[in-house]
Amino acid sequence: MFSKGTKRKFSDGDEEISDESLVGARVASSYSLQRQSLLDMSLIKLQLCHMLVEPNLCRSVLIANTVRQIQEEMTHDGSWHMVAEAFCSAGQSPSERLVATEVLCRSREQDAEPKLFSVISYEGCREEEVVADETLCSVSVSDTVSNVCLAGRIGQCWEKSELSGVERDEEALEDSRLGSGEDEEIDTKDRASTESPKTIGQVFGTFEIKNGSPGPDSALEELFSDVDTSYYDLDTMLTGMQSAPKMGPYDILDSLAPSHSSPSIVSTPNCRSDLNELDHIMEIIVGS
Amino acid sequence: MMAGVGGGNDFQWCFSQVKGAIDEDVAEADIISTVEFNYSGELLATGDKGGRVVIFQREQESKNRLLSRGEYNVYSTFQSHEPEFDYLKSLEIEEKINKIRWLPQQNAAHFLLSANDKTIKLWKISERDKRAEGYNLKDEDGRLRDPFRITTLRVPVLMPMDLMVEASPRRIFANAHTYHINSISVNSDYETYLSADDLRINLWHLEITDRSFNIVDIKPANMEELTEVITAAECHPHQCNVFVYSSSKGTIRLCDMRAAALCDRHSKFFEEPEDPSSRSFFSEIISSISDVKFSHSGRYMMTRDYLSVKVWDLNMENRPVETYQVHEYLRSKLCSLYENDCIFDKFECCWNGSDSAIMTGSYNNFFRMFDRNTRRDITLEASRENSKPRAMLKPRKVCTGGKRKKDEISVDSLDFNKKILHTAWHPKENVIAVAATNNLYIFQDKIN
Repeated sequence: MFSKGTKRKFSDGDEEISDESLVGARVASSYSLQRQSLLDMSLIKLQLCHMLVEPNLCRSVLIANTVRQIQEEMTHDGSWHMVAEAFCSAGQSPSERLVATEVLCRSREQDAEPKLFSVISYEGCREEEVVADETLCSVSVSDTVSNVCLAGRIGQCWEKSELSGVERDEEALEDSRLGSGEDEEIDTKDRASTESPKTIGQVFGTFEIKNGSPGPDSALEELFSDVDTSYYDLDTMLTGMQSAPKMGPYDILDSLAPSHSSPSIVSTPNCRSDLNELDHIMEIIVGS
Repeated sequence: MMAGVGGGNDFQWCFSQVKGAIDEDVAEADIISTVEFNYSGELLATGDKGGRVVIFQREQESKNRLLSRGEYNVYSTFQSHEPEFDYLKSLEIEEKINKIRWLPQQNAAHFLLSANDKTIKLWKISERDKRAEGYNLKDEDGRLRDPFRITTLRVPVLMPMDLMVEASPRRIFANAHTYHINSISVNSDYETYLSADDLRINLWHLEITDRSFNIVDIKPANMEELTEVITAAECHPHQCNVFVYSSSKGTIRLCDMRAAALCDRHSKFFEEPEDPSSRSFFSEIISSISDVKFSHSGRYMMTRDYLSVKVWDLNMENRPVETYQVHEYLRSKLCSLYENDCIFDKFECCWNGSDSAIMTGSYNNFFRMFDRNTRRDITLEASRENSKPRAMLKPRKVCTGGKRKKDEISVDSLDFNKKILHTAWHPKENVIAVAATNNLYIFQDKIN
């Protein structure tokens, strides 16, 4: 169990395996498995926090700190990506291993600045609802697989099959950036082998939301420019943002205006029809 | 002053009373969430998850029954808090009473503060045993009389009536806490009190409800950087400028309000260095302090973390002077307790009147008492099975491994749903109140 938290080195596969080191390897992998299971449990608890009406802040903070501890130790051990690989090759389904699936969801673009959604909604708001668009959701209550994108990058979320419909509508999307624009299928085996430790380390990251950080990814920037980033500000959440992921009234007006250039994810298809309707109404009123 | 191990003149703890439903099916609203004696011990208040406060009053000692002291009977029941809905955040605000604190009695009426997650209320509990009769302007049933019908004047007369205990809210201290209130504490000046939530502590004046001073604020600018919260706070019993607050990282900060308006910088910082050999992923969680209480003398304070109770000398910051293990046998079960969330249970602790003993709760309806002088400890159980009047309580023992003796209970048989989180000790006598889910047990000593 975890009462003795002494670190054990994961045995290096290159060395000759003697009896002793075999035992040691077994013990080490058992510890890793237990640590992994603790990590999974903690992540599930944090998810449940989001679902509760009024999560206990103290409990959330303690669980989050535990997750950070595990992540730090795993990063330190360098055992992170080995564990992920082990799970992938064992053929476990993505939903069974939150961590592994997250890894699989990684976009091919490794240099794009990750936009991490905060895992911890300390204010008790429903994180997934606050995000302007469901399709951006990195913390989805219903779908176990998408739950994985806890500290995921926005790019990863676009890879989810449920988003594919919206994606096709969006001409402004640059497929290359989003990686899986062409390919919504998650090729599990393929992804696992293209791991890089750097991105793995970012997995749990700092639970940070990078508000409006100017990334090299201009297309993504443009994509989300009309999204009210104050939604992501937990402080704002605290003071009571709406739970429904609606655009504000002025956003709708903006989207109707012909000069509106930034591609709004949801509103573009509506925008055109609304515009036509507005014209039509104006015609009737003016009587021309 | 403990239940004696041997015979002699040591006193024993005996069952006195139990309040609450006997049903196996416990209504959520009936779960007791706080217990508190008043300054004289004459009154005992409980708050529950349904937002109700029940006050028990001790009856006058009867001459006939010398061996047992007066019983506690219901004195007043009222709905303190109602469930509310925060429309901005689309969140419900629970009506559960988190804390009750009595004010010292200054006149015939009694005053107490009750707090739920967001609002504190000052209640006045007063007795009415007389009624005025013979009003000039209104009838006996209260209807106004036609002034032209009044032909004579009379002086109203006070007539005795059945005792009626009224509770009325005198002050409502609202809208000052964004996070959940975990503590309230009346200051020794009897004019101010503090209220603490997860990230902030406010100082109030009892007369002023529309504003409070924020004296501690540990909210980080970026909430993602949050790693520590306030778990409990208390005013010093004698020095009205001193208070302490504990954190989820197992630290206690003592602050002096004279030093600065905002007491973010502590005067003293209490923390016991961690034992590296027992470090685990759960170390931080079990070090989180769930309760902090000053001794009556004001020289010591006691903290409760998940597995132990520690007594600190206010003059020594680097480690506690006494540590008592409450249920060390749970240390090997921490992973399971994390899984079922029991590891987050917040146990309270309390001192006896003379500060010679301390008490705290555990699982399986067990509660523990430690004698600071003799270093003896005892485990007792609050259960209906031992509920014959004046029945002596038998010490309980948890078997940690190996052969289980008769009357011992093994760790795996413990019922983790039966937790004793709230206990209170009479300020002057050996009478204790123990809240076991929806039942309130009162135990007292039996003088041999």
